[in-house]
Amino acid sequence: MVDHFDAPVEASATMTRTQERIPTVVVDDAHIIYRVHQGAAGGTTPVAALRRLVKRTHAPNVREVHAVKGISFTAYRGEAIGLIGSNGSGKSTILRAIAGLLPVNRGAIHTQGQPSLLGVNAALLNDLSGERNVTLGCLAMGMHPDDVAKQAAGIIDFSGINERGDFASLPMRTYSSGMAARLRFSIAAAKKHDVLLIDEALATGDKGFRKRSEQRVRELREGAGTVFLVSHQLSSVRDTCERTIWLESGVIRMDGPTDEVIRAYEAYANSK
Amino acid sequence: MATTALVDPDTGLTQAQLAARHGLRVAGERPSLVEYSRRLWAYRHFIAAYANAKLVASYSNAKLGQLWQVLTPLTNAAVYYLIFGVVLAQNSIPNFIAYLTTGLFIFNFTQSAVLAGTQSISSNLGLIRALHFPRASLPLSTTITQFQQLLASMVVLVGIVLATGEPLTWQWLMLVPALLLQAVFNAGVVLLVARLGAKSSDLKQVMPFIMRTWMYGSGVLYSVSLFDRLPGWATTLVQYNPLLVYIELARYALLEEAPLLNESLTQLWLVGAGWALVAGIGGFIYFWRGEQEYGRG
Repeated sequence: MVDHFDAPVEASATMTRTQERIPTVVVDDAHIIYRVHQGAAGGTTPVAALRRLVKRTHAPNVREVHAVKGISFTAYRGEAIGLIGSNGSGKSTILRAIAGLLPVNRGAIHTQGQPSLLGVNAALLNDLSGERNVTLGCLAMGMHPDDVAKQAAGIIDFSGINERGDFASLPMRTYSSGMAARLRFSIAAAKKHDVLLIDEALATGDKGFRKRSEQRVRELREGAGTVFLVSHQLSSVRDTCERTIWLESGVIRMDGPTDEVIRAYEAYANSK
Repeated sequence: MATTALVDPDTGLTQAQLAARHGLRVAGERPSLVEYSRRLWAYRHFIAAYANAKLVASYSNAKLGQLWQVLTPLTNAAVYYLIFGVVLAQNSIPNFIAYLTTGLFIFNFTQSAVLAGTQSISSNLGLIRALHFPRASLPLSTTITQFQQLLASMVVLVGIVLATGEPLTWQWLMLVPALLLQAVFNAGVVLLVARLGAKSSDLKQVMPFIMRTWMYGSGVLYSVSLFDRLPGWATTLVQYNPLLVYIELARYALLEEAPLLNESLTQLWLVGAGWALVAGIGGFIYFWRGEQEYGRG
């Protein structure tokens, strides 16, 4: 069963005196199921494929994963919320659903404006140069071509991929995984956001880049209404978030002030 | 789940009522058709840039690079000419090389668009799961990439047709609207197969067979006069086959003495435009209706 702490209620009582609390993200009993392909298995011949098409059955190598099993919470403007939990607990999945990138199967997620997911997974075209990927990524985020032209050089500088020679004009497949991740993060961070969702984005890159990106996230937070941070590093959650939600196997285990939740989570993790 | 425990204490509303009171929208909600078209228009720069990028990327590993844009259709035409022109010796058609290459290149425009379109969602799941944009951008940019490829192969085609002794006439201008109609038709079919392919990755395996069957029904490799031997209803079916119509329009424009199944030019234009309209609008609406499902893969 889920533990609900009184803290958000108290916080709201104190806040209503100064200003009305405006919800930015309302998650209402959300269930998320997604299908995964397990790679090549039996039955991949064209004839078998045709038969499956006719009978409307799924391929035998597809499995359904019930990643989020009924989550409800409300996030308000000005909040920074940490999401913690073991691997596979559904943290990244719920973040994607808030961003509108994954559909919910049951329940609903309501948001103000268009939340943006700041992750390192933005897959770009590996056969193209870094410069071209910057342009493409910015356009895909809905930026105007003029703005893209203005910002492109800044994005490449920020990513630091040109520190060891002119890599920006080389295809992305020649990049090391760290360089590619840095470039993707730099592209995603180039835009201003209403609701900002950060998914382990800060764990990549060397020390210098990490410092720059932490600074950038702080700036983005100031501009954004609400920030969600998924992280396995409890210290970064403690530093940036006043409220934390602990997910375990797709359900909320605890939702409250960061200190209390992290203490309980640590006790749980150590006892395992 | 204890939903009620999370109700806003000030107002006592449920989650849904709370969201409604503050005017929040459902995440990833499908916009109306008009709104969707408007957003798609706002993303036109992305669509164009992505189409260009795909075109550049498709040959970036080959030594001959962009030259393959011309070499691929040429090689294709050479192989089919060897089999159907030399080995099987088609003599019934005047200027068989031009007849064959016209049919082949026009058919190939739709074929490669459809084959690429089937995977336009499923092969871009990373992009779809990371960024928010109207998903129709992807199949549409696939169509544009194929259109750019077509322009390269049209240069080759014009060269072949002129080299085989066809005169250059005003009728050649008909090729432009005919290709544009076909492009709209392709966009619609690509949108259709993109949604189908997103739902079922099996489609990728089946599509080559469907396209080959379609090719034999479009009179690409042999004289369309063969279709006259079919029973009446089947001939009618072939006559309204959109690809046969687009191929005949191109042959009408470029070739002097090519045998045609449809004698009436007006009918060709009407059927061609009708198919473009039906496929274009139908495909767009069908794709839009699945908009919020594309992330699931």
